[in-house]
Amino acid sequence: MSDLDDLYQEVILDHQRNPRNYARLPNANRQAEGNNPLCGDHVTVYLELDAGVIRNISFQGDGCAIAKASASMMTSTVKGKTVSEAAQIFKSFHQMVTGGADPCFDIESLGKLAAFSGVSAFPVRVKCASLAWHTLNAAIHEQGPAGEGKERPR
Amino acid sequence: MTARAAQRNPVTAEPRAANGAGRDEELADRSSDWDIARVRRDFPALAQTVHGHPLIYLDSAATAQKPMCVLERIRRSYLEECANIHRGVYQLSERATAAYDQARETVRAFIGAEHTSEIIFVRGTTEAVNLVAQSYGRSHLGAGDEVLITALEHHSNLVPWQMLCQESGATLRVAPIDERGNLIWTEFERQLGPRTKLAAFTWVSNALGTVNPVKAMTEAAHRQGAVVLIDAAQAAPHRLVDVSDLDCDFLAFSGHKLYGPTGIGVLYGKRHLLEEMPPWQGGGDMIAQVSFERTTYAAPPAKFEAGTPDISGAIALGTAITYLESLGLAAVARHEDELLAYALAALESVPGVRIVGQPDHRAAVVSFLLDDIHPHDLGTVLDRYGIAIRAGHHCAQPTMRHFQVSGTARISLALYNQREEIDMLVLRLAEAQKMFKR
Repeated sequence: MSDLDDLYQEVILDHQRNPRNYARLPNANRQAEGNNPLCGDHVTVYLELDAGVIRNISFQGDGCAIAKASASMMTSTVKGKTVSEAAQIFKSFHQMVTGGADPCFDIESLGKLAAFSGVSAFPVRVKCASLAWHTLNAAIHEQGPAGEGKERPR
Repeated sequence: MTARAAQRNPVTAEPRAANGAGRDEELADRSSDWDIARVRRDFPALAQTVHGHPLIYLDSAATAQKPMCVLERIRRSYLEECANIHRGVYQLSERATAAYDQARETVRAFIGAEHTSEIIFVRGTTEAVNLVAQSYGRSHLGAGDEVLITALEHHSNLVPWQMLCQESGATLRVAPIDERGNLIWTEFERQLGPRTKLAAFTWVSNALGTVNPVKAMTEAAHRQGAVVLIDAAQAAPHRLVDVSDLDCDFLAFSGHKLYGPTGIGVLYGKRHLLEEMPPWQGGGDMIAQVSFERTTYAAPPAKFEAGTPDISGAIALGTAITYLESLGLAAVARHEDELLAYALAALESVPGVRIVGQPDHRAAVVSFLLDDIHPHDLGTVLDRYGIAIRAGHHCAQPTMRHFQVSGTARISLALYNQREEIDMLVLRLAEAQKMFKR
């Protein structure tokens, strides 16, 4: 069952059980909801965005271990990063979980997020792993105050 | 009561008596001892391995595996009688037309309808419900009218009525269920009234397995003058359907849950209703006369079958029904009921299993949760052991909300499942627990 162990690594189970930044953000100036209509998973990402920098980030929602751990680790990873840095990380992350990374892709560059490399052996779970990231993307590109123009990534 | 109806009591939904009268008598010869090995040989898909383990298919409520005879019939339909129907004057078309018409007759007999014109071939249950909502609903419902459904409906017997109500100004009412997942009868009766123009309810809940007392529900709705549609998608594979006994106005089911192909299903409608209903799709095959000024429509069933239908699908559905009947419907029900009792007891014996929904009458479906493991994670783990279950909200989100869960793991049983598969499931549940307790 090695690919199951690869998927459900301890760090993932830890983040699922004790999700970081799991709260509403009182000073959020951006937020977006993400849904996975097939599974019923949903996540709300709250952002405090200031001059292109993610000053603070949190999430709430319900989903499988992969979806929840991914949201948790995402918030830890992108806090303090610029929007373009976050976009670059998502790009690498997405390449890793879809198994579409080129041969010279350096998995170490993703740090703790490398724990999600096992997802690529489970194509139907890619959506779970990327839901929070798509929602972050939607929140970043949301116009106006939080709560308006919520986007729903596919 | 007809001889067919005497075989089971749809009100209490008790399993059918082993020896029914009439048609089933001659078909029940295999019912005395269920030869599971022989039945499983009819389904070649069951012999494969998944991730190195023998496939254990516990998701027949989503779609059933197909017996070889159905697959062969599809093949033969395209190989030997591929022609359009009701048009050609050549032999190939005559053969296809005869097979298609025979399938309609097989369906008619299967559900105890009086006329073949009451059998409309559609894509599936979803399309059947939409057909009734769009054709009957739009021409009969308006502001102030009500449609009554139950809290057990699949989205396919909910959303079409919501759309109809939004369009017509009618109100959608929902009969609630109790904490065990049973319909609350007094509430159902209370919500029926002179404004209720249509009552649409499922026979068997796909999410919980609850068997509704559809005959009594139909009678109650009729007393208020409402027209009744029964969603028999989950019931048809497991229980004898007899529309004459139920006296429902419409009944819908899908071929693919009945061991037939996807893309084909059935809407039954009482003849006088189908005759007065407007068509819902225009095109070829559904017309009597066409000019640029005016078109007159064909009589049912053609009126509701615009365009070239799924010819081979309908023919193969007929084959699936004949196959099911050859096993004996009573024997199938008995095998499934026994296995269901075994599965329930087995799951209840697993520490950490919480069964979601404990209805008084249940058919072939068990929804459950294991510890705090998310159903998707459980589904992924079981899949790695070759076990196919459904995880999620089962297209019944309001039902899930009633139990304050976002989804469940669900097993559903069919005539080819066996005890060893349940034993293996229980074993693998323990593996999953170990994995998530690290």
